[in-house]
Amino acid sequence: MKALIPLFVILPLAAAFLIPVLAGKIKGFDKYLASLVMLATAFLSLWLLFAHEAYPIIYKIGGWEPVNGIPIGIYFVADGLSVLMLCIITVVGFLAAFYSISYIAKFTGEKYFYALFCLMVAGMNGVVLAGDLFNLFVFLEISVIASYALVAFGIEKQELEASFKYQVMGGLASLLILLGIALLYWQTKTLNLADIALVLEGVGDRKFMLFTQFLLLAGFGLKAALIPFHAWLPDAHSSAPSPISAMLSGVLIKAIGIYAITRLFFNIFILDINIAWVVIVLGSLSMIFGVFLAIGQWDLKRLLAYHSISQMGYVVLGVGIGMLILARGGDLKVASLAIAGGLFHLVNHAVFKGLLFLNAGAIEYRTGTRQLQEMGGLYEKMPITSATSLSASMAISGIPPFNGFFSKLLIILAAVLGKFYLLAVFAVIVSIITLASFMKVQKYAFYGSTLRRELEKIKEVPFAMSFSMIVMALLCLVLSLLIFPGIREAILMPAVDSLMKMGNYGVEILGY
Amino acid sequence: MTLFVLCFLLFLVGLYGVITRRNIIKIVLGICIMEYSMNLFLVLVGYVHDGVAPIITKGSERATFVDPLPQAMVITVIVIGLATTAMLLAIAIRLYRKHGTFDIREINTLKG
Amino acid sequence: MQSDKGMTIIVKKMTQVLVGIIVLFGVYIITYGHLTPGGGFAGGTIIAGAFILLVLAYGDDIMHLRVTKEGSSKLENLAIFMFLLFAIPGLFMIPSVFFRNYLPLGTVGELLSAGVIPLFNIFIGIEVAAALFTIFLAFVILKEEDK
Repeated sequence: MKALIPLFVILPLAAAFLIPVLAGKIKGFDKYLASLVMLATAFLSLWLLFAHEAYPIIYKIGGWEPVNGIPIGIYFVADGLSVLMLCIITVVGFLAAFYSISYIAKFTGEKYFYALFCLMVAGMNGVVLAGDLFNLFVFLEISVIASYALVAFGIEKQELEASFKYQVMGGLASLLILLGIALLYWQTKTLNLADIALVLEGVGDRKFMLFTQFLLLAGFGLKAALIPFHAWLPDAHSSAPSPISAMLSGVLIKAIGIYAITRLFFNIFILDINIAWVVIVLGSLSMIFGVFLAIGQWDLKRLLAYHSISQMGYVVLGVGIGMLILARGGDLKVASLAIAGGLFHLVNHAVFKGLLFLNAGAIEYRTGTRQLQEMGGLYEKMPITSATSLSASMAISGIPPFNGFFSKLLIILAAVLGKFYLLAVFAVIVSIITLASFMKVQKYAFYGSTLRRELEKIKEVPFAMSFSMIVMALLCLVLSLLIFPGIREAILMPAVDSLMKMGNYGVEILGY
Repeated sequence: MTLFVLCFLLFLVGLYGVITRRNIIKIVLGICIMEYSMNLFLVLVGYVHDGVAPIITKGSERATFVDPLPQAMVITVIVIGLATTAMLLAIAIRLYRKHGTFDIREINTLKG
Repeated sequence: MQSDKGMTIIVKKMTQVLVGIIVLFGVYIITYGHLTPGGGFAGGTIIAGAFILLVLAYGDDIMHLRVTKEGSSKLENLAIFMFLLFAIPGLFMIPSVFFRNYLPLGTVGELLSAGVIPLFNIFIGIEVAAALFTIFLAFVILKEEDK
């Protein structure tokens, strides 16, 4: 089991290097190899999730053992949170890769698409598995540079401009993160995450640590598109090809933004009340402004991108409430509930937002437009797309029995139990406005009788695209089972526990 | 201490270039300058008083070395900077071919 | 012998003399990478510089440049794949770790020492040289297409 851990990085990397070489010789090699590799990593991650080995699994690359108690090697660490993120990345990645077998056939230079896609997934796997700070940065850069190229893949005016804005802001974020890493190294003289956690308990300079934490929060918050760092997201996610939008919005902003924030602030740094309040404020601002900016949109993918900001606000709110309760030393059960709600919403959002973007891609594939006012009455012509879009819309608005209802319920319950009544009210209001926004989408896109004459002849989308959409819609229903106690203990709670044990992360990894 | 302040000043120069310049190539150059300042800062963090370059040669068993870990980090970060710059310039050339100008005020069409 | 492509005859003659020396210097930096500063990336950049000098001094037409770019792109991917292939056998030995140093480690300071690291340096050198050359050719092709 331990030897499987590097495979998550090796397999997509090998596929990404091999595809441009052999794609010309063997027809269709690129699509099938990419999908096969993604399916293999999805199986591996699900096996790791259900196999219940003792977490954390530590893999030392090169076999370098600690010298005098100081770890000198590069570690890959798979604990509960990492395995959960790996599952999301690989499963959504496989479905998006399978979807793009039909969708990307309309673009030129297909083989580069699959190579860059595998590179992006390899980078994300590396980020969630990284056991030391600098490797996290390197894998983050790998996946982010691949995503810059993928956003600009269609080489139209809109996509190039969106990619340029994304790159400048993403480059600035990476530099802020690098500055934070340099300052942290200056304080602790080590790069291993567990070792930093142990060393930081004895460091006395609080103001310097606070400055470093703010820098890292700003850098990773820019990657996760929290307000006020969100300016790149609507352009980039709406102009990218649809499977890439699904991957970016569904997985990338979580794996490199939210995962890094939770890992660093729960397990490495000593929890600080000011930072927790800042995180809560950022989360609630993202929630509220995201949904208000989304209401007035008539471009379908731009609307979905703004809703991404709002739902990320929910996740950060849940995590922030947990952070504040732990920092104050309050009730552990409420903190656990809040973090569980946040992480559950993260998993759900990956699935239903990915499905919504795939639906938008399907509509664009057949009708050639993204504007809601030009669609209408697609319900009769595209039944699969319409049914899956309806289930995704109900999931994101929080209607039972879909998964969005349960995760939002957990967050609101935790807010009420922790006496954050104002935040709970905000969460409920935002949920209602989300429902209104998606009812508008459903009405204009699928129902309504104004089918334009040019759209009379359209059919349903090809098999590869509809297969991915149906599987994701089924996952929306299946994931609501995670609320039940037995299944929750098995899948969700290891992730929550790995965050709840805070500074003990260092003790567990290094063994003393 | 003054060296760190100078690094930060270089970072601010780069940031000024990114924020206020209209030409795309000048924005790319601003990002490059910011990366250089970060690399410089990383190498300076590893300075040990009276240290020599961390290379093992015949007569160096008893010398104090400067910290070699930031130097290894900087090698990787320079490569990452190369990839970022190449990516930015490729997009800049494509933008020039589509719009015929390097001015970002004319290229800025996505709104709302 | 004055052809209208590329630069003047002085530049062409000097390039003929210098390119061999530059490549040799780059190869020295790569192979002694485990003993002196440098290694795969720095040496690869120097070798790429030699090839870029050739294209700049002699000029070329766009069809030939496209073929060259295809070739160097494939070489780059192949080199990095070979790198990964050499890192994997560690997984199949006992004890199995990724990136394990499994060739014999010699004494410190000798040329043939440090196990598998000089091999890695060579592959990284080929890969970086090919990658930088591909980037340069891509830019030149974009410029030539514009005319």
